[in-house]
Amino acid sequence: MKPFHKHTGSAVPLMRSNIDTDQIIPKQFLKRIERTGYGEFLFYDWRYNSDGSLIQDFVLNDPRYSAASILLAGENFGCGSSREHAPWSLLDHGFCVVIAPRFADIFYNNSFKNGLLLVTLDSADVEWLANEAATEPGKPLTVDLEDCVVTDGQSFTRTFKVDEFRRHCLLDGLDDIGLTLQHEAAITAYEQGRFEAQRNAAV
Amino acid sequence: MIPMKTLYDKLWDSHIVHESPGQPALLYVDLHLVHEVTSPQAFEGLRLAGRTVRRPERTFATVDHAIPTLNRDLPFKDPIAAKQVETLRANCKEFGVALYDLDRIEQGIIHVFGPEQGLTQPGMTIVCGDSHTSTHGAFGALAFGIGTSEVEHVLATQTLPQSRAKNLLIRVDGELPFGVTAKDVILGIINRIGTGGGTGHVIEFAGAAIDALSMEGRMTVCNMSIEAGAKAGLIAPDEKTYAYLRDKPFAPKDEEWDRAVEHWRKLPSEPGAQFDRTVKIDAADLEPYVTWGTSPEMSVKISESVPDLADARDDGQKAAFTRAYEYMGVEPSQKIDAVNIDRAFIGSCTNARIEDLRAAARVARGHKVSGRVKAMVVPGSMQIKRQAEDEGLAKVFVDAGFEWRDAGCSMCLAMNDDVLGEGERCASTSNRNFEGRQGRGGRTHLVSPPMAAAAAIAGHFVDVRNWKFNEQ
Repeated sequence: MKPFHKHTGSAVPLMRSNIDTDQIIPKQFLKRIERTGYGEFLFYDWRYNSDGSLIQDFVLNDPRYSAASILLAGENFGCGSSREHAPWSLLDHGFCVVIAPRFADIFYNNSFKNGLLLVTLDSADVEWLANEAATEPGKPLTVDLEDCVVTDGQSFTRTFKVDEFRRHCLLDGLDDIGLTLQHEAAITAYEQGRFEAQRNAAV
Repeated sequence: MIPMKTLYDKLWDSHIVHESPGQPALLYVDLHLVHEVTSPQAFEGLRLAGRTVRRPERTFATVDHAIPTLNRDLPFKDPIAAKQVETLRANCKEFGVALYDLDRIEQGIIHVFGPEQGLTQPGMTIVCGDSHTSTHGAFGALAFGIGTSEVEHVLATQTLPQSRAKNLLIRVDGELPFGVTAKDVILGIINRIGTGGGTGHVIEFAGAAIDALSMEGRMTVCNMSIEAGAKAGLIAPDEKTYAYLRDKPFAPKDEEWDRAVEHWRKLPSEPGAQFDRTVKIDAADLEPYVTWGTSPEMSVKISESVPDLADARDDGQKAAFTRAYEYMGVEPSQKIDAVNIDRAFIGSCTNARIEDLRAAARVARGHKVSGRVKAMVVPGSMQIKRQAEDEGLAKVFVDAGFEWRDAGCSMCLAMNDDVLGEGERCASTSNRNFEGRQGRGGRTHLVSPPMAAAAAIAGHFVDVRNWKFNEQ
């Protein structure tokens, strides 16, 4: 996984609540057996008409946001199915960070495993950033994972909380499986029933 | 004093392989269920890293998401879906994983298959690359959906790093009124706590109304825990659980069975165990529910109307309501039973078990599907399909004008040919009414199996409590 330290880029506001993974990437694109190439299908039904032409008033089709790498969204972003194609498509499209007031659980895990940073801020702060992005498209925003800070370099600076272990893995680009296999002996011991006492004591 | 434990606490504590401060715990996975859509990239990852499947005997696969439910003896019309299924076959063969393929009577939706084969058992940890893995919590197993990277992790290590969730108790007290099913219980709960209401929590469902549910009904409730945002749903095992499992192929046998039951009896939450939150619901307040919008929390009772903007709790929900009215083609204050439908879908991991089909057939018996409705029934597994044929349910459906299909996820997520057309409105027993879920521009209303059957016949939503049943 590619390490993540600090990212500076512009933001695009998509302030709907409950944006589900069916919207992020519709099911017809889940039949492929690769991990890459999903960017063009991101928010497919919101970006394209049935005939394949662009839906002009969808914010991701606005040329002023074509370089955006930070997505601003409403409550409960990423709810619904467990498809990892959702973070794959966001990353492939060029997003590095999503900022929202709350994320769905499985999507949260999937994103961190792929190096997509999810930042949780208060609704009012996300709204403020969305207003800024709407009035001044292209305005840069910096997300710093080392200090856990989001700032526009001017009046807006907020710290955010992120699980310390996830932060560590993302900063160092660590492979989870490699980390787990350091505990091979414990896994084997568990399997051999040497944890029988623990199991019994637990119930 | 040792604190009293919840069912979740016990499941958690008994599966910790390794724990160190500042890190997530490493949990052992007892059962890993695999299907064609979320596994190819995981197997590919193993291959690239030169790794094997650590416990193939704890790993079981079937095909369900992308497969057709008609004309299975012919080659797939969709070459990409065909390749995906072929890839699963090759991966299972290469890594030694048991696959219950299209030619097997056991084949079915993965969350129907696991319990039906007795693979799902109380006290286990169960994962699958599918969010509706929460279904298996109905047996008192800690079961949750994972992404493809985690699938690869479990294949390679039989463990997962996890952070402990909070305990949420939802008590449904009293007796369910006539016509109110397990589906209405969970839709009612989501209506009350919202799609984010369970975030960060494992929900334990309890109370007299939950105890009274069959195993099928309990699976329906736990299945949609994910639609409330929960990590998992749980119901304590009891005599019904053991009776359901007793003769299933993978259930323990003889003395092993006795030992297992003895262990399972210790699993329920202890009296006085502390939950972080408790929500109480009176079963008598529940009615058959119908979703009107594009999120599972946007539902009303059959006697009610689509809510007004003034009913929204905040500006965010106001915006969501406005968008949902337009997408769904419904008006504020419109009576929900005045809404006409074009399609009916009885199926999915939520509602395609034998009891669901019996309940729908009881409504359909001696009636005809409305001329304006195209209706289909998709059993949860080929075994259920055969059982329904043996019980005469299939004939009831066919005589009434329903299509009778082979097992699969079908129009719940519409990855195969079973798709809603633009603007088509469907009474569906599935779990998600998201925009485009059943097809681009399609309009999904979530209901119970009897409500879907009644709507198919009437041509619009009706209160199944007033139905004219033609008993056998």
